[in-house]
Amino acid sequence: MNIANFLPSSAEYVRILPEIILTLVAVLIMFLEAVLKDNQKGFFPGLSIVGLVGAGAGALIAWGDPGPAFQNMLTIDGFATFFRLLVIGVGILVIFSSADYLRREGSPGGEYYALILFSIAGQSIMASANELIMIFIGLEISSIASYILAGYLRTDSRNNESALKYFLLGSFATAFLLYGVAWIYGITGSTNLSLIHQSLASASGSTALATAAAALLFVGFAFKISAVPFQTWAPDVYQGAPAPVTAFLTVGPKAAAFAILLRVFLTAFAPITAAWMPLVWGVALATMTVGNFAAILQSNVKRLLAYSSIAHAGYVLVAVTAHSGDGSAAAMFYLAAYALTNIGAFSVVAYFSRKGEQFVAVDDFAGLAQRQPGMAAMLTIFLLSLIGVPLTGGFFGKFYIFKAALDAHLVWLTVLGLLNSAAAAYYYLRLLVVMYFKEPGEAAENLPNPGAALRVAVYASAVGTLLLGIFPGWVLDFASKAALR
Amino acid sequence: MTILDLVLFLPLIGFLALLLVPKSNPGASRMGALIISLAIFIVSLGLLAPYWQAAPTGYTISTNVSWINYPPIRYHVGIDGLSLWLVLLTTLLTPISVLVSWKYIDHRVKEFFAFMMLLEFGMLGVFVALDLFLFFTFWEVSLVPMYFLIGIWGHERRIYAAVKFFLYTMAGSALMLAAIIYLYNKAGSFDVVDITNQMQAGRLALDPHVQMLLFLAFFIAFAIKVPLFPLHTWLPDAHVEAPTAGSVMLASVMLKMGTYGLLRFCVGLFPSAARASAPWVAGLAIVGIVYGALVALMQPNMKKLVAYSSVSHLGFVVLGIFSFTQQGLDGAVYQMLNHGVSTGALFILVGFLYERRHSLEIAAYGGVSTPAPNLAAVFLITTLASIGLPTLNNFIGEYLVLQGSAQANFTWTVFAALGVILSACYMLWLYQRTFYGKASESVSHHMFDLGAREWAAILPLLLLMVWMGTFTQTFLPSISAQNAQILRQATPNALAAGLHGTEPGSEVKR
Repeated sequence: MNIANFLPSSAEYVRILPEIILTLVAVLIMFLEAVLKDNQKGFFPGLSIVGLVGAGAGALIAWGDPGPAFQNMLTIDGFATFFRLLVIGVGILVIFSSADYLRREGSPGGEYYALILFSIAGQSIMASANELIMIFIGLEISSIASYILAGYLRTDSRNNESALKYFLLGSFATAFLLYGVAWIYGITGSTNLSLIHQSLASASGSTALATAAAALLFVGFAFKISAVPFQTWAPDVYQGAPAPVTAFLTVGPKAAAFAILLRVFLTAFAPITAAWMPLVWGVALATMTVGNFAAILQSNVKRLLAYSSIAHAGYVLVAVTAHSGDGSAAAMFYLAAYALTNIGAFSVVAYFSRKGEQFVAVDDFAGLAQRQPGMAAMLTIFLLSLIGVPLTGGFFGKFYIFKAALDAHLVWLTVLGLLNSAAAAYYYLRLLVVMYFKEPGEAAENLPNPGAALRVAVYASAVGTLLLGIFPGWVLDFASKAALR
Repeated sequence: MTILDLVLFLPLIGFLALLLVPKSNPGASRMGALIISLAIFIVSLGLLAPYWQAAPTGYTISTNVSWINYPPIRYHVGIDGLSLWLVLLTTLLTPISVLVSWKYIDHRVKEFFAFMMLLEFGMLGVFVALDLFLFFTFWEVSLVPMYFLIGIWGHERRIYAAVKFFLYTMAGSALMLAAIIYLYNKAGSFDVVDITNQMQAGRLALDPHVQMLLFLAFFIAFAIKVPLFPLHTWLPDAHVEAPTAGSVMLASVMLKMGTYGLLRFCVGLFPSAARASAPWVAGLAIVGIVYGALVALMQPNMKKLVAYSSVSHLGFVVLGIFSFTQQGLDGAVYQMLNHGVSTGALFILVGFLYERRHSLEIAAYGGVSTPAPNLAAVFLITTLASIGLPTLNNFIGEYLVLQGSAQANFTWTVFAALGVILSACYMLWLYQRTFYGKASESVSHHMFDLGAREWAAILPLLLLMVWMGTFTQTFLPSISAQNAQILRQATPNALAAGLHGTEPGSEVKR
């Protein structure tokens, strides 16, 4: 065997261009952080955005020549490109919404941006991984950076609690995942998704062992996407972490985790669909229901949005249950719409909460519409999108998901899911009620105008949310072509 | 681009334009809203052109372009004899509501008028959309501005009323969305015309069991909106708490979205299921007619009285639709318009009283006719219209509905006619307690007669009451022609035969 066969070709390097760019920029920021004086570091957000835009361009270049890379460890296809662009876009918006926040909290460190970039690099690897070990590596790169981000303001005790919980439970989940990988390797003799698929498809015997392994992997993923019954960490972590970080955690790592969930279950485990589908069905229903009904009881906006985020993971799981091309496309569209909506919503919360996040109770939002009508209107768009009112991206996302579910004859799941989303309207309306129907309270006094970067994050998210609601075809066509079948 | 697109999108443009008006200049918002809504009304009169001395069926003005490629969702809108009048009702009542709110709305003025425009956009869309998806979009979009209108500018319990209103409608529309998606999966299209054609040609045959479930999913959404007993409980709250203009738009136009949906979609798309459930629906409608009237009789609050009278009046509309007779359908559609005009006028007049005396309790009034004779006269005409005095509008509609229901089942007519009698009781009693007697100190102190702006708001409706009660030929031919077509489509011989085959009982009775 010729040794040259094992060396990657230059085309394969092009296929990991986004990861290369992200890592280089992140390392550069870490380096500059050490050598520059504090007053010289103002350009870090800008540099990170340049890096992310470069990575986005890299993802498009890589897509120009799709194919496997590094001994089939990675596969660059439309699906991978969609999620790469999604997490990179998430990164850009999060950095816009973080810059003012960090300055306000007096902690404008460079490592924050480096960590975001590292985390996105990990998610980008997850999006293109075609191999269980690679998935694990991507997941770890993404997670470890996220753990640190969750506790970024280390003088804040809530941040510390959040980071510790996230780290402990996240590691626990990873252990399950690895255990599942070990089982799969034992059963099929491979960690490559295509080979696992072949092995499972040709296996004549019982699928019980493979199902158990799939269940173990699912537990690992379920932790990451905060699916019931593995959701308990999410409200505490999302409430405790800095608001822009929460925005990031609810969409970035989650989208990437869904990417690997879809890839593993729709490709490797496709032969045993009949075995895993009822499991996902039940988890989807439980996740929607628990998320929505727990959110009704919340009085803290971040916690409310945390439970809402659990419920939305449930909707996406409905699309996974449909196990079809349409379902996969619907999940992709939904995650994109949800990313824009949620970053927007958390950015407004980050702005409104003021220094040290003093004002994060639902009642603190009283009268926001009279003090800052523009920001209130934007938050209204995000909330309507979360409710699923037409002409917003959130509505089309739900529509496609439930359409895919009905195509797959999941009538009951669809009906219960839609009723769930009607019940969910109640807690989102509570925010609208206080913002618009209540007179301004103490929290709305002396509200500074939002900074320019934050405005960019909020308005861009709002425009994106509306565009996805009025012209969903742009993203959906891409998602449909790229969907896994 | 047709005149219809213009009428539909002008309110949206108006909404965006009003958002740009500075907050510090409420006068400009008022005037802008008035000018835009009047302009929309004038443009919308152009929709009458094909119906001038003619009664064409089908869609006389329509636009059909692709909106979203996959799944194929189209911007397909059209005007026929049914939607024409509802569109005109909407465009007429919007400027009137703007006039009514002129002084009544004194805080957050800009937002109020912007929401009025958005509301008009949503409601117009509902009446002209011919793509189920587009219809659903407008259906939900119209919900948002009404939610804010009630919640921001309403009375004491406005928040409760607004949230209840929103959640009731959301719950209903969730099932409708499921049904729409299911229908799409069967028919491969969201287009109402296309789906109807497929059904006519027998290419799309729904299992009776499935058809009934789909019918129910649509029916519940519409029945909540109508509102049909026992799903009506959101209505009194919403009406009482809403500002005058909100009540007017809600009663006059938004409730018609429900009855319009029943006629266009429940009857149009699922004729045999609709026929099979007709006795049940008619029963609920009759309960609503009598129950609404009885509750109205006992109300100490004027607005609540008018709200419950709406439940009663809308019962007639539903009864007419589910009589499946030409007269019944004609009466139902006519009654939709009548109710829009006369109940709209009632809410406006109650609003006028409230602006003077700041109370909705009937007991707070009495003897109003002395200090405000013109207001009393106008109120009397509206009262008489509402109870169905011949030569005024409601008489025609109620008569046609009763005649139609008598052809279907005479027992229905007997009970429904009770509602007519009761409506005379509660309305005349209201009039007596409010306007007759000796004016108390506080009434004569606060009360003054109609001003020019108030005349301008109420006069068009008074004229319409007389016009619709005497010159029915202006309206009925186009409505009848369209209803005849709906009835023809709702009576596919094969389907009807198959249905009656399974239910011999219903056939024998007739």
